[in-house]
Amino acid sequence: MVDIELRVNGQAERASVPAGMTLLEFLRDRLALTGAKEGCGIGECGACTVLLDGRPVTACLVLAVEADGLDVRTIEGEATDGELSALQRAFVDAGAVQCGFCTPGMIMSARALLLRSPHPTDEEIVEAIAGNLCRCTGYEAILAAIRAASEEGGEL
Amino acid sequence: MTRALVYVGKSVPRDDSVEKVTGSARYTHDLAFPGMLHAALVTSPHASARIVRVDVADAAALPGVRAVLAGANLDVRLGLYMRDKRILARDVVRYQGEPVVAVAADTLDIARDACRRVRVEYEPTAAVFDPRDAMKSGAPLVHPDLGSYAHLEGVFFPRPNTNIAHHQKIRKGDFDAAIDSAEVLLEARFDNPPVQHVPMETHASIAQALPDGRVEIWTSSQSPYTVRHLMSVAFGLPHAAIRVHVPYVGGGFGGKAGLNLEPLVYVLSKAAGGRPVKFVATREQEFNTLPSRQGLHSTIKIGATRAGKIVALKATYVWDAGAYADYGVNVGRAAAYSGAGPYAVPNCWIDSFVVYTNKVYGTAYRGFGHLEVLWGIERAIDQTARKLGLDPAEFRRRNLLTLGDATITGETFTAGHGKPVECLDAVAKAIDWGTPSSSPASSTKRRGKGIAMLHKAPAMPTSTSCSAIIKLDEDGAADILVSGVDYGQGTYTVLRQIAAEELRVPIDAVHINSDCDTAFTPYDWQTVASRFSYMGGHAVIEAAADCLRQIRAVAAQIFGVAPEKIVCENASAYPDGEPKRAIPYRLLALGYVYPNGNAIGGPVIGHGRFIAHGLTHLDPDTGQGRPAQFWTYGAHGVELEVDAETGEIEILRIATAVDAGKVLNAGLARGQVIGGVVQGIGSALWEGFRFDKEGRLKNPSFVDYKIPTAKDLPREMVPILLENPQPDGPYGARGVAEHPMISVPSAIGNALYDALGIEFTSLPLSPEHVLARLAEKGVKP
Repeated sequence: MVDIELRVNGQAERASVPAGMTLLEFLRDRLALTGAKEGCGIGECGACTVLLDGRPVTACLVLAVEADGLDVRTIEGEATDGELSALQRAFVDAGAVQCGFCTPGMIMSARALLLRSPHPTDEEIVEAIAGNLCRCTGYEAILAAIRAASEEGGEL
Repeated sequence: MTRALVYVGKSVPRDDSVEKVTGSARYTHDLAFPGMLHAALVTSPHASARIVRVDVADAAALPGVRAVLAGANLDVRLGLYMRDKRILARDVVRYQGEPVVAVAADTLDIARDACRRVRVEYEPTAAVFDPRDAMKSGAPLVHPDLGSYAHLEGVFFPRPNTNIAHHQKIRKGDFDAAIDSAEVLLEARFDNPPVQHVPMETHASIAQALPDGRVEIWTSSQSPYTVRHLMSVAFGLPHAAIRVHVPYVGGGFGGKAGLNLEPLVYVLSKAAGGRPVKFVATREQEFNTLPSRQGLHSTIKIGATRAGKIVALKATYVWDAGAYADYGVNVGRAAAYSGAGPYAVPNCWIDSFVVYTNKVYGTAYRGFGHLEVLWGIERAIDQTARKLGLDPAEFRRRNLLTLGDATITGETFTAGHGKPVECLDAVAKAIDWGTPSSSPASSTKRRGKGIAMLHKAPAMPTSTSCSAIIKLDEDGAADILVSGVDYGQGTYTVLRQIAAEELRVPIDAVHINSDCDTAFTPYDWQTVASRFSYMGGHAVIEAAADCLRQIRAVAAQIFGVAPEKIVCENASAYPDGEPKRAIPYRLLALGYVYPNGNAIGGPVIGHGRFIAHGLTHLDPDTGQGRPAQFWTYGAHGVELEVDAETGEIEILRIATAVDAGKVLNAGLARGQVIGGVVQGIGSALWEGFRFDKEGRLKNPSFVDYKIPTAKDLPREMVPILLENPQPDGPYGARGVAEHPMISVPSAIGNALYDALGIEFTSLPLSPEHVLARLAEKGVKP
């Protein structure tokens, strides 16, 4: 077991975890943050995307111990005081959600993009979510949602 | 009095999006219960082998292991239409990836560790991988006991002592005479590989065997009541002893229809003393162990007159069922009665064989066999048109079903079927059909255009039914209860719109269950076949009418007028012409209380139902009969660019027209079209199982099996929804969810011919495939 300390959605967390535990297992099984999903377990589908110090990572490929001392942001930290973020609101309004299983990871990839590039080009948007698979929507509405959120701009 | 529609037809946003964008929507993947165990599987490395010995002693001895089961422990046969499958392989394995041993343990790590300690000794046996080989006499038999299996008699016709699980015949007119008289003949062969559904949530189920014999199940399924029924059949339990919960489902596309992992977790729970057991398929198991879309080999012969009329069509469809029949036999049946395309074919002969092989088994997948048969038919129609020197769109126009024509099963085409020709014309216009493509930017690239038609009807039992309950709340809001599953399509939102329209209440005052629970939500066969909005829509209309009848009865008593003189509007009831006297529903929902305290009425709870009507089984010898509750027609027009240097295809634009009858929610309908088209592009360009010569799946992961990403979108997608009403549909609507995927590969294949002058007959049209054909034809970039 390894002792770790990290911040998750602004909240300090301290835990003792097996060395082989993934960040995804830590979030889902220890913290009950089940928004990040396991879609493949090998970092190919993006359903488990979270932000590690602002960078998007597939949490199934990151060990919990690697997050020691870092800042983790998950889909559960995206709304503030019960208010959807502009990005979440855009997903709702654009009809960018069908089954919803890819949605948390998709929004976190989009969030990472908007953090580093508040007004991205269409190419940047496509690139940012190219690693997030969605089988339902055909992506069009997702791209439109991210574009709409970026046009609103500013508000993170 | 005709009222303008307030909610039906509008782009009302889905009711579940806030839960889904916040990560709070709970899927079976996310559920955990006190004492819950985790299961893992040992699967077969062989495609065909005898199980000589299974040694689980080391696995069972591992601390934390609570149950270890092998096929020898379980004497149960499962099957949707054909009881041909075991929960765990017994005596033999029939495909690589088949479950052989299952372990339930305190943690998933322990369960997997235990699986590694299981020793299974196999003796490989002769296997058969190509269904055409499997049909030959002397082929190894995948199921030597086929003749003894219980099956749905009168609908499916397995042939004992062969690998043929079902043979569907369609015989209409006199094919032999007509083909002899034909002036132009076309004969061609086409192939489709098996393909995976790839729901983002893999299959997941939890079961708890309770001490009194009941069982509780939570499952990622399209089919709560079918799971309950098939569990009852398999284990001899009364239906009421089985309670099936379906929380949010992360995609299905047909792969989560019927019965899947539920029996496995149930027997593990029993073996582990009744602790809940959860199994979540790994992505590799999703490809390799759980069912896929069947492969297909088609041979098509078309005879036409010089004037461009089809006189005869013969097709032989050989389906690669894999090791078990599951839904495959019904795919072979349904795709046969659609197997001549949406055309008037006076003389038709179709044989559709569903054939066992030693590969992962097949099931329903969006389109239910139609994408596969129309890959061949719509390519063959183009080839026939060219033989005739006719424009492919014009050839289709001359042969599309129109008023008074008979389908190949003898159903008369009426105005209520919609207008296939309008779909064709709409996509032709949208892609400037008849105008050559502009020149590509690079000299290595070629451009082309193609068109393809599609059609499909729900493939379902003749007595398929569903029901709905609407309860009014204390505040006058309405709660809908149904057991159809909204695994992304948006049907729940559509049902809310319909209820709001019928009950005359604001949409925000209509709620619907997000989970299904067979203990509380009323019967629905299962959510497949694009029939939920159609059948569930009817049930909700009837349930709302039942509520209104109860409201009117109470209001009539209050106002001292006849119930038919009561108007329901704005969530209130009043005597006709006297809206000022309106009493809000909230004062009627639980019964009305007079000022002196007397009460009348009672809680308003409406019930509605719907059953398929007028359907018949198909005649076993001719296939004649009425299989379809309704038909939905459509078309795609594609313009693409292919790079002769890399073999890569880029879709420049794709227009898709579907005759929806009535669009119930424009935004959601568009979502189905775009999502379906992109899924169809996956089938067209990249997707397909590859097996090695021992029958092992070579691409069971996202590394080797590519599905469309955000980078792969066409430059332009044009959804076109036509509204020629379905007379017996709710508000005139018919199903549209599966259809946009069908015939996308056909339209792309036709456009690829236009670009390169090369006939592609097999899928996918991957860069390697395109390059190989270019090299074979000596085409240089």
